[in-house]
Amino acid sequence: MRNQKSRLIFVLVLALFTILVTIGAQNGLVSTSFVKTLGKTLCLCIAALAMDLIWGYAGILSLGHMAFFALGGYMIGMWLMYARTEEIVVASLANAGLPATPEEISQGIASQIFGVVGASDLPMIWGFAHSLPLQLMLVVLLPGLLALAFGWLAFRARVTGVYLSILTQAMTLALALYLFQNDSGLRGNNGLSGLQNLPGVTAGQQEVSLWFFWAAAAALCITYIGLSAIVSGKFGSVIRAIRDDEARVRFLGYSVEAYKLFVFTLTSVIVALAGALYYPQAGIINPAELAPIASIYLAVWVAIGGRGKLYGAVIGAAVVSLLSSWFTGGRAPSIPLGFATIDWVNWWQVLLGLSFVCVTLFAPKGISGIFDWVAGAASPDRKGAPLGRDDGSLQEQEALK
Amino acid sequence: MSALLEVSGVSVSFDGFRAINNLTFSIGTAELRAIIGPNGAGKSTFMDIVTGKTKPDSGAVTFGEKSTSLLKLSEAQIARVGIGRKFQRPTVFEDQTVAENLILALKAARSPWKVLAWRIKSIDLEKVQRLAVQVGLADHLPRKAGELSHGQKQWLEIAMLLAQEPRLLLVDEPAAGMTLAERERTTELLTQIAQTRAVVVVEHDMDFVRRLNCRVTVLHEGAVLAEGSLEHVTKNQDVIDVYLGRG
Amino acid sequence: MRTLLICLFALLSVTPLRAQTVAEILSANAGLIEKSSRQTIAPVIDALAASGDPMAAEVLAAWQEKALAIRKGDGAFVLLKTTSDGYEVRDLTGATLGTATKTDVTELKPNAGVRAMIATALVQFTLSDPDISKRQAALDSIAKDPKPEALLPLRAAIKLEKAPTILAQKQRLEQLLTLRFDADPAARVAAITGFGADLGLDLRAALNPLVVTKRLAASSPPDGNIARALQPGRDLSQTEAYDLLVAAGLALPRLTIEAERAALLANLTDGMVGGVALADLASQAARDRAYTALEAEGRVPQAMTDAEAKAAVNDFQFYDVYVEPDAAVTSAASAALTSIGYRVDFMQAADLALDGLSLASIYFLAAIGLAITFGVMGVINMAHGEFITLGAYTGYVVQQWVPNYTASILIALPLAFAVTFAAGVAMERLVIRHLYKRPLETLLATFGISIALQQIFKNIFGTQARPLTSPAWLDGALSFNDVVSISYIRIAIFVLALVFLGFFLWLMKRTRLGLEVRAVTQNPGMAASMGINPDRINMLTFGLGSGIAGIAGVAIGLFAKVTSELGTDYIVQSFMTVVVGGVGNIWGTLAGATMIGGLQKMIEFLNPSNTLAAQTYMILFIILFIQFRPRGIIALRGRAAGD
Repeated sequence: MRNQKSRLIFVLVLALFTILVTIGAQNGLVSTSFVKTLGKTLCLCIAALAMDLIWGYAGILSLGHMAFFALGGYMIGMWLMYARTEEIVVASLANAGLPATPEEISQGIASQIFGVVGASDLPMIWGFAHSLPLQLMLVVLLPGLLALAFGWLAFRARVTGVYLSILTQAMTLALALYLFQNDSGLRGNNGLSGLQNLPGVTAGQQEVSLWFFWAAAAALCITYIGLSAIVSGKFGSVIRAIRDDEARVRFLGYSVEAYKLFVFTLTSVIVALAGALYYPQAGIINPAELAPIASIYLAVWVAIGGRGKLYGAVIGAAVVSLLSSWFTGGRAPSIPLGFATIDWVNWWQVLLGLSFVCVTLFAPKGISGIFDWVAGAASPDRKGAPLGRDDGSLQEQEALK
Repeated sequence: MSALLEVSGVSVSFDGFRAINNLTFSIGTAELRAIIGPNGAGKSTFMDIVTGKTKPDSGAVTFGEKSTSLLKLSEAQIARVGIGRKFQRPTVFEDQTVAENLILALKAARSPWKVLAWRIKSIDLEKVQRLAVQVGLADHLPRKAGELSHGQKQWLEIAMLLAQEPRLLLVDEPAAGMTLAERERTTELLTQIAQTRAVVVVEHDMDFVRRLNCRVTVLHEGAVLAEGSLEHVTKNQDVIDVYLGRG
Repeated sequence: MRTLLICLFALLSVTPLRAQTVAEILSANAGLIEKSSRQTIAPVIDALAASGDPMAAEVLAAWQEKALAIRKGDGAFVLLKTTSDGYEVRDLTGATLGTATKTDVTELKPNAGVRAMIATALVQFTLSDPDISKRQAALDSIAKDPKPEALLPLRAAIKLEKAPTILAQKQRLEQLLTLRFDADPAARVAAITGFGADLGLDLRAALNPLVVTKRLAASSPPDGNIARALQPGRDLSQTEAYDLLVAAGLALPRLTIEAERAALLANLTDGMVGGVALADLASQAARDRAYTALEAEGRVPQAMTDAEAKAAVNDFQFYDVYVEPDAAVTSAASAALTSIGYRVDFMQAADLALDGLSLASIYFLAAIGLAITFGVMGVINMAHGEFITLGAYTGYVVQQWVPNYTASILIALPLAFAVTFAAGVAMERLVIRHLYKRPLETLLATFGISIALQQIFKNIFGTQARPLTSPAWLDGALSFNDVVSISYIRIAIFVLALVFLGFFLWLMKRTRLGLEVRAVTQNPGMAASMGINPDRINMLTFGLGSGIAGIAGVAIGLFAKVTSELGTDYIVQSFMTVVVGGVGNIWGTLAGATMIGGLQKMIEFLNPSNTLAAQTYMILFIILFIQFRPRGIIALRGRAAGD
């Protein structure tokens, strides 16, 4: 029942926040770019929720989930770029005297999109780009199938603990390196751009940014409710049990590998959908977004927010990513030290890294630990009984042996 | 009475060390059996083989009326076939409540999709309640398992084992760390369970084995040294030499 | 044949004319020289070339450049040098005679044919120059730009050559020129076969022009040395085939979409063009119809549509024809190239193995520290890459103070070890000590340190690459032939990797510290009860692993750019090396490095244009490899590993 209460609180807070931002934006108190930042932050919160499910609950530290985020972005970006370019090409051909032929249009689109990498044909993988429903299907299918294939291989071989983390890191690196090539069919390191322009939409960025903000807020709300339903039920019980002692779960008759694969794939799809909402707001996507470090940041947010608590993940992602954009945006005041000046653009990452070490060392429950403490729901009173095993450490011991 | 579990000619070695050497063993559908043996006799490895944790180098392990081979099944599949295992150290999920632990173990569909759709029904609650009463944890259902005492954890694990409704129970040193009263209750419970299903108890404590009053299999160096009633095997000269002789 | 005769003549006339000086030869042949022509002048030039007079070259060169003249006063030959007010005059021994005006001398003006003959003679002359370095330079210049004219002087020069090394070079060059330029096909074939499967780049450079083909379209098999007949659609695309037809003037240029659009627009009247309504022109077929109608009216140039182009291609045949007309020569050349190809492949495999080995030693160096911390202590150190960077920057800083590169590297290696050792010990004491048994959290905490360190490097050293220069004696490469070579830096890194392998084995197997480390790894409790301080051992082990990372950083910095991201480039590969090799075993790390290095080079070889793709495939391979050996190549077996 506590769960339903916290669910309600979350939805109310989110709704209030959305309304405030909307009012602020319409009165000009909140700038369009800040609405975009907030909308993007909400998408990152969705990704952090998924990360919390797989790491905080199932104990699998994936260092590759941002690859799925970016893949989702690429899939939606292909449609956005194609449809937008098609509009431009058709418009410019229509002004040129003759009605355009399909060949002229596709040639025009191809050379517009791929001129930058010296190609003039649309690669095969753009075969669905003309259709929004097909491309939306790919947003789910491509990351989903990739996660399924990778997860099947990794979990079947019983790769666990840090080994799995390294393997997922390698996966995202491989994908990033592949996309960096010009002949990957996704414009190499140029990536996809102009994604903020929605085809067929004449409304200004001010309105569009609000639409996306609402969509992100709704998606976050749905994800939170869905995931909190999952983790509070028997499924959640099983995956927490897997996190704490996967061998024991096996002897209860649960196929641990199937559960891990399920969670891995589910979270990948959630993250991909979040990415599909994120990149139209960001406007540009390139392979650097798949760098392993992005996925590690995702883990950092969850850890700072407090893993094993869904609201912890949301708080962590929101706080750290907003602080990060505040510090790196050059708006934070520099600190003069006399002999040197601490310029936050240069020193923010140092602060982040060190505070992260401190959180790991001194506050393993993260920011949400404060909430628990306030709510008096800190660690249960053991009445002098010896402390049980450390959360999430059992499986790691297993890997260590 | 046909055998429920048949282990025949099983051998396994680790780095040249033969942990199990041509072991043959069988147990009926409703039987209590104690396995004793000195340290390193292969008791744990034997349980590992039956539950699928270790794959033997040679031999056959079959289970049930259809003589299903267990060697090709994973640990989870073996558990679903109807073999439950209780570990020496109590292994319960300390971060979850006693009720959650029991619900996890309840016999039900185990696939992720079905578990996702699973909703608790009154019959499940009744079962959980009944099991908790049976092991004396009825008052502790909402508590976290990590807060239980060592003995209570043992009981919880036994309750979880029962919740699985297995046809064969492998119980590793159930009496370790229990008080005398608790031991008596354990003995009672095990003999009661053994009326409907097969129970294999691995035990060190001769006193406890005597209490169980059942057939005993003595393992030594990965093979069966002797089998029969406790009186019978304790008179066996080999057993005296290798096991009792050392105290 | 004529040149051969001249050559023969030259050979015959060399000896008797030898004693003469340049002046004597010129005055003896003054008539011939004044009215020189290609038919008559040859003996004179040859005599000059063979005279042995030290001034001969200068005189010949002057003659060629129209700076040789006859003094009107006495009819003697003199050398001229143009000055602002006339000439500076020297006699044929090089002694200055003073100045002269235009009227004092009659300049000799040899025609182009004669000048070419002089040039050839000059070549032969320099080829036989008494100064060995001049001969070498002449040879090199011929080799760089082989010309048919060089063949005869070269042959002549071989006869006179005494120095064995130059002689060998001359003979090789002569054969190379023969196979390309000799008039006699049999001689060329003999020269080609004489080389066998020689690996020299010069040979391949000489052979390749012989098998150059050109592609042409014809309605019947053309004359000439046909390499092969081509099938449009299989050997060349329809478009290429059609372009050939257009290039040969056998077909009209193809109508591009843009040209068609422009033509139709130009002929648009009253919303109609070529009988088709403007609104209907939204399909290619309709546009073609309109254009064909315009063609029929003669209002637009004839042009091919796709269908017409295809038909045209079918009417013709396509051939690759050798530029070299002689079939015997081309077949010998291509046979020679094939057999050279096989040997080159073999040598390339050897070269690839060397490359792979050197990459493997780099990965080994980068991973060995990680193998110690991860394998021996079970601690995953994401900041390992930054320790590598730290080592490289230490090297850079040392070079700012010590300008001598050899000395600075010798200082940098131990200093880098000391710096990163200290950093590692500090990190172990402050952070990792508190996180033993929680590997996932260690991973994240060390990652925090990693991003902090990386940013600190950026703040101190900037984002641009800093140079870490290797000593001069490490420049260059050890080459076995034109295919197989390895740079000295890479050999040095290989040696360094071997040294560390040895050092590690010695440390672990032969020292008290190694014994204690092994004891703590296997059973910390037991080790502690025997008086070993596990805290101290963990600290030292971690420091050691980090210190080796620092040394690896200096080594990597010598050939890679030193930036704050240097370590990041190696960290994933290092993890892969440890994981693939098998944790807790130095031989496993070695095997992992060898496999990853070798494999990466192999994939790069199979797909040379694309090193990014190589890394992608590499990682895919590792993911699959883990399927079959989840615990690495050299896995710990037994019960301990089963858990």
